[in-house]
Order: sequence, then structure tokens, then C-alpha cells
Amino acid sequence: MNLWFLKPEYRQRLSYHVALLGGVALLTSAAIGVADHLTRPDIAQRQLEDLQITLQQVIPAKYYNNDLVRDTVTVDDGGRPLVVYRARRGGQVQAVCYQVSAPGYGNTAMVIAVGVDRAGTLLGARVISHNETPGLGDKIELSKSDWILSFTGRSLNDPQPDQWAVKKDGGAFDQFTGATITPRAVVKAVKAGLEFFAAHRALLLDEAAPGSIAGQPAPDRGNRL
Amino acid sequence: MSEDYRGIFTDGLWRNNVVFAQMLALCPLMAVTTTATNGLGMGLATTGVLLTSNIVIASCRDLISQEVRIPVFVLLIAALVSLADMAINAWLHELYKVLGLFIPLIVVNCAVLGRAEVFASKRPVFASAVDGLAMGLGYTAALMLLGGCREILGSATLFAHASLLLGDGFAFLETTLIPKYKGFLLMLLPPGGFLVLGFLLAGKRAAERRWERRAMGRDKTKTGVQQSPSAA
Repeated sequence: MNLWFLKPEYRQRLSYHVALLGGVALLTSAAIGVADHLTRPDIAQRQLEDLQITLQQVIPAKYYNNDLVRDTVTVDDGGRPLVVYRARRGGQVQAVCYQVSAPGYGNTAMVIAVGVDRAGTLLGARVISHNETPGLGDKIELSKSDWILSFTGRSLNDPQPDQWAVKKDGGAFDQFTGATITPRAVVKAVKAGLEFFAAHRALLLDEAAPGSIAGQPAPDRGNRL
Repeated sequence: MSEDYRGIFTDGLWRNNVVFAQMLALCPLMAVTTTATNGLGMGLATTGVLLTSNIVIASCRDLISQEVRIPVFVLLIAALVSLADMAINAWLHELYKVLGLFIPLIVVNCAVLGRAEVFASKRPVFASAVDGLAMGLGYTAALMLLGGCREILGSATLFAHASLLLGDGFAFLETTLIPKYKGFLLMLLPPGGFLVLGFLLAGKRAAERRWERRAMGRDKTKTGVQQSPSAA
């Protein structure tokens, strides 16, 4: 190679170092930008598929004949917008699905999707994302343990409010060997999800009196889970 | 210059193993080796990054000046890991759900930077690729060994959830050694990782010393045989 800037004496210069570092930084940033542009639609599509799979898991098919991913309402949950997916059958909302989050072990956020029917009974809960210790706290995933199914069919009065805790705290739900903080956080988050439903029931079920609608239907907020 | 590929492989797998000889990359090691499956996943992802980073760095080694080489390596490795993360998320989404946790951890794996500095910045592209592959496989083996030991001691299973990582065809790998095992929590927590690593290191040392002694013994008998005719 006979490029002038490759001669050893040029490579000793400060300007070569600056240009090299700057050039590499530019190149790598450009590569990441291009890759982001190329993969963005695919990743969005995969996330949408994941969302649909999750919705199907927490709301059984008999509850709806609409496209739940598109039928959403955004509710203000303590200053934070929360997207609620509504399952309708014959025009009436039969069940809703939304996500709740809780700080897990080490304060990293866990995201849990819950499906609730008209009566406030939990149809299902699934952990969407978490950073819990592999082999210990990750038993909250359905693929590793069926612990999360113990919430199905529960409601705010079943078990009694003071029983909404892990067994170690005198509650009704199992903890795992070596991991109490994670299941404790999940129990608390699911309970908070049911309380959210109780507080916004009329709005979520699309039965709020006309003219007093606090939440606006979101047109197409696709994949917020 | 002809390269000693056999030597490179022995270095990566045994003599200069990332974990058991260089003692590098212990942070991701302790974090993920609670099961053999996790170790395998992390090992394979790291091998991919080591291989590509060694190739990239060896092919532009003539352009990179000594003074700024470290930030340039760091930039290149971080970019490669980000690219791998996005590509796997978009096109191998099932794998991403299993490996997603491990991929960003590779950036903090100092073994990748170590190989760039020690090997790829000074040697031809093909030799560097072989080195990256050998080091990666050595690391994978170490992760699986440590993960397997901790899994057996901690939860009495082996290769639990392997079918999630490798596909349903590998479900036969999943073994439960003792049903209804209560679990030995210490082994699953980082201190257990250090304990197991300590015993494995001691085992490697002992094996090497034994082989050395045996080799010396063989040399002695050889010289003995040579001497005997003259004595007779």
C-alpha cells in the first residue's frame, strides 16, 4: 500500500490520531444508525407479534372477536399514561389487558401483563420482561415454572386483601427457594393492577357516562407492552 | 510467516484459557453460570463477537496507530456488539428471547479487548480468526463446565431449559439428577461461583503437575534405556 497517510512518519502525528479516532467513531456510529434503520421495522413487527401472543395468553379467545391490538384506550395512571387493550364481543367490552410494572430484585423494572374480566377477576398474568437472577428469580416466567398461573381466577377479594402476599409474609402465594423479593414484587404488582381496574372500571369498560370521558381512545398506539 | 494453528487452538482451549489461565471475563462468568444452558448461550454469543472483532481488528491493524489503539478497539467492539444485538433481535427473535440478556454483557467482557490487543493487532487476519474461535470455544467450555457444576450442586439438574436455547430437538439433554432436591442456594449465588471456580482451578493445576511429572519420568526411563546397552 502506497497511500501517503500510511507512511510511518505521518502516523506519529497528532492529526492522524485525531482523524483515526474521529473516523472510526463516525464509521461505527454510521453503521449502528444504518443497522437501526434496517432492523427497526422488523423489531417493531416482532414486538407486535409478542404483544399479540401475550394478549392471547391473558385473555382467552372466547372473550373477544375484535382486533385487541387496535382497540385501545389510554388512561392516566398516577401521572403516567397507560395503554389498555379492550377485548370486545358483540360491541361490549368483555375483558381488558394492560401492563403493570414493579421494581424487582435490585430495583430493575419488571413488566407484567394482566387480563381482567368485567367482574374484576384476573384472567391471567404474564411477565413480559424482567432482569431477575437467572435460575432463581426467573421462575416467574411461565417457561420456567407455572407459578404465575396461581394468579389466574383471583380477584381483590380472593384471597382477602391482607392475604395478597407471599407465604413468608403470611399471604396466600408461594415464594421460591432463595428468592422472596421477586415473587413478593410480582404479587404486589398484580394486586396494584386489580386496584387500577377497580378505580377506572367504567372508563375501561367503555361505559363512562357520555360527556364525562376522561380518557381519549388512542387511535393506533400499537405495541406499548 | 507460517502460523502454528495447532498451538493457537491448544492455547485457547487449555494452556491460555480465558477463564482458567488468563482469569479474565469473570464478571459475566459469575452472572450467568447458574446453569449449563446459560453458560452455553453466553459462550456461543461471546465466540461470535470474539471471532468478528478479531477479524475486523486484524484487517485494519496497519491503519491503527499505537497511541489511540485502545479507544479504537473499544469503539469497534462496542459497535459490533450493538450490531449483533439488533440483528438477532430483528431476525432471530426466538434466540433473542433466550440470549437477549447476555448480549449487552459481552461489551464488558475484557477478554474480547484482551485478544484484540494481544493477538489481532499484531497478527494476520486468518490466524486472528482462528485465535478468536479457539479462545471463544475455550471460554464456552469453561462456562459450561462451571455452569454444569453449579447447576448439579445447586439444583440437581443438568442442562435445564436447553430446548429453549437449542430447539426442541435438544430436550433430551435436560436431566433431573435428584427429584425433589431442596436446592443449595449458595452454589447459585456468586460466592458459589467463586468456590467452584477455585476447585476447578486447583484441579487444572494438579492435572498439569501430574502430566509434567509423568513426562519427566518418561524422559528418565528413555535415558535409562539408552544407557543400559553401554553398561551391558
